[in-house]
Amino acid sequence: MRILVVEDDPILSNGLRAGLALSGATVDAVESCEDADAAIASARYSAIVLDVMLPDGSGLDLLRNLRNRGDATPVLLLTARDSVVDKVCGLDSGADDYLAKPFDLDELAARLRAIVRREGGRAAPSLTHGAIVLSPADFSATVDGKPINLSRREFAILSALMERPEQVRSRSELEDRLYGWQEDIESNAVEVHIHNLRAKIGKDAIQTLRGVGYRMGAAR
Amino acid sequence: MRSLRLRLFATLLAATGIVWLAAVIWIYVGSRGEVEQVLDTRLQEAARMVASLASSFENLPGKSAPAAIAQLGSYERQLSCQIWSLDGRMVAKSSGAPDQQLSSASSGFSDRTIDGETWRVYSVEDADHNVRVMVGDRLSLRERLVTDLIKGLMLPALLIAPLLGAAIWASVGQGLRPLRRMAQDLVERGPDDMRQVEADQAPIEVRPLAAALNGLLGRVEAARRHEREVTAFAAHELRTPLAGLKTQAQVALAAKDPKVVRGALEQIIAAVDKSTRLVRQLLTIAKLDADVADAPRSRVEVGPMLAEIVADTPRHEGTVVTIEASARDMILDTNAECLQLALRNLHENAVQHTRDGRIVWAAWANSLLVEDEGPGIPSDELDKLGNRFFRGRLRSPIGSGLGLAIVKLALGKIGADVTISNRTGRSGARSELTFRVRT
Repeated sequence: MRILVVEDDPILSNGLRAGLALSGATVDAVESCEDADAAIASARYSAIVLDVMLPDGSGLDLLRNLRNRGDATPVLLLTARDSVVDKVCGLDSGADDYLAKPFDLDELAARLRAIVRREGGRAAPSLTHGAIVLSPADFSATVDGKPINLSRREFAILSALMERPEQVRSRSELEDRLYGWQEDIESNAVEVHIHNLRAKIGKDAIQTLRGVGYRMGAAR
Repeated sequence: MRSLRLRLFATLLAATGIVWLAAVIWIYVGSRGEVEQVLDTRLQEAARMVASLASSFENLPGKSAPAAIAQLGSYERQLSCQIWSLDGRMVAKSSGAPDQQLSSASSGFSDRTIDGETWRVYSVEDADHNVRVMVGDRLSLRERLVTDLIKGLMLPALLIAPLLGAAIWASVGQGLRPLRRMAQDLVERGPDDMRQVEADQAPIEVRPLAAALNGLLGRVEAARRHEREVTAFAAHELRTPLAGLKTQAQVALAAKDPKVVRGALEQIIAAVDKSTRLVRQLLTIAKLDADVADAPRSRVEVGPMLAEIVADTPRHEGTVVTIEASARDMILDTNAECLQLALRNLHENAVQHTRDGRIVWAAWANSLLVEDEGPGIPSDELDKLGNRFFRGRLRSPIGSGLGLAIVKLALGKIGADVTISNRTGRSGARSELTFRVRT
């Protein structure tokens, strides 16, 4: 999951970055509506965590513009106001979920997983492809019911592929999922992770389409 | 009388009644004189007529000719006639005329009461024929004539009065209907409904009320909007640091990497420091709000006070603070505590917004001013600056939106003003304090 955090308070923003990284997400953080628009234009995010009150405007306006452009990226609003009217207003502006400050980090992570999952058209909390089952909530993976140990990045690549098993994901698409802006991308990182994944879940589990990208192999 | 409708109704009805009554009295007095004159003339003519008739009968005093006299009976109802001989014998009389002599006067008009009834009598003497003719009518008859006339006037009045009353009542009610509609509209409104009252169809007299009401609604709405804004800003400024604290604490608990744990703990300390500052500012505001007494004044040297504030406030390495001689030498008769609060917060603002540049304190006349070389203030935010918890687009990370509110409150206590503007010709903000008294 690659998450964009739009929050101007440096301490909270830092905490969200560290906290969401702990639950396996790649996080970019911006402080203003303007920077958020630039970030959304340059990368595809699984979800956006959006503060309502930003220095250069309202997060709600940003959200409405986003929806008017036809962008369906799931958005979770963070706000200090938790009256019913504010919640209704936030949800009606196109938000998928709503949390009032101060919130619980685990709850935030769970809600993000839920809205990302729903956006992908799934209701079940885990990803299943044949014998492979991924559970993003606790970061666990099993093959034929036997637990296997995946690194954070291996998990991210496998879940990206399993979200739409028949769709081909390009290398840069996968890199987008793995790295935030601050991180340097190692040139053959994706190949290395795929190689390691095949060793753990089976050689035919992931297909390589040369020059195009990767997708899941036939379900066993 | 509290009811406008009742009052209008009563006034209109009373006025109509008085006009009618005055007319009746006027007509009564006027027609009474007229009737008297007409009837007197009639008496006179009747007497002369009878006298001339009587003179045409020869030897009248000797013979009795009651039948002929009785011919005069056509006047019986209203007029009575007597013919007397000059020596006092009754020669003839009309039927219904009293037997007693109608008048003691020999000729002309006279009044006489016979058997409790007052007669108006005209007498004519005819010495040649030895007769005296007296024609009279009862005063009560005359009264009845006038009374009938007045009755004829009063009766329609009594019939019309209730109709008029009903018409007045209904038309006043109709006139007051827009007021009732306005009241109904206001009664049915929810507490958040601050729409303007519709006054287009209201009578001109009601419009000032509607306009005043709309003015009030507008002011209440503006005050509520302002309050909502302040509440929203306050909630944001108070809850965001708490959210930061909680999130960092949860990161510290969940992280296994000691570097991440350490980072989170450092962030917690920073968050507590920021919250401490916020709490201190809130308490300052609460104290300034609660303190209604006049702040005690004393001789305050601005120079040492500024020097202390500048020394206390950490700043970026590239920032240079200058206190010009004019400010250094300034001496004010004011409250030291309030002045220090204002200067400290203004200086902190200048320092927070200036990375590498100069901050200059200077004075002229009874003004003290500070200029920085920060980004300045977006012009659309200038009038919101003193609002509590308001933080502009170019906010500093440690600000809380309370500094300028404190400056304004503290200066208000000592009768001074602050004007904040952007510097002309270059970037940076300029705050000018104006004191009313300078010694």
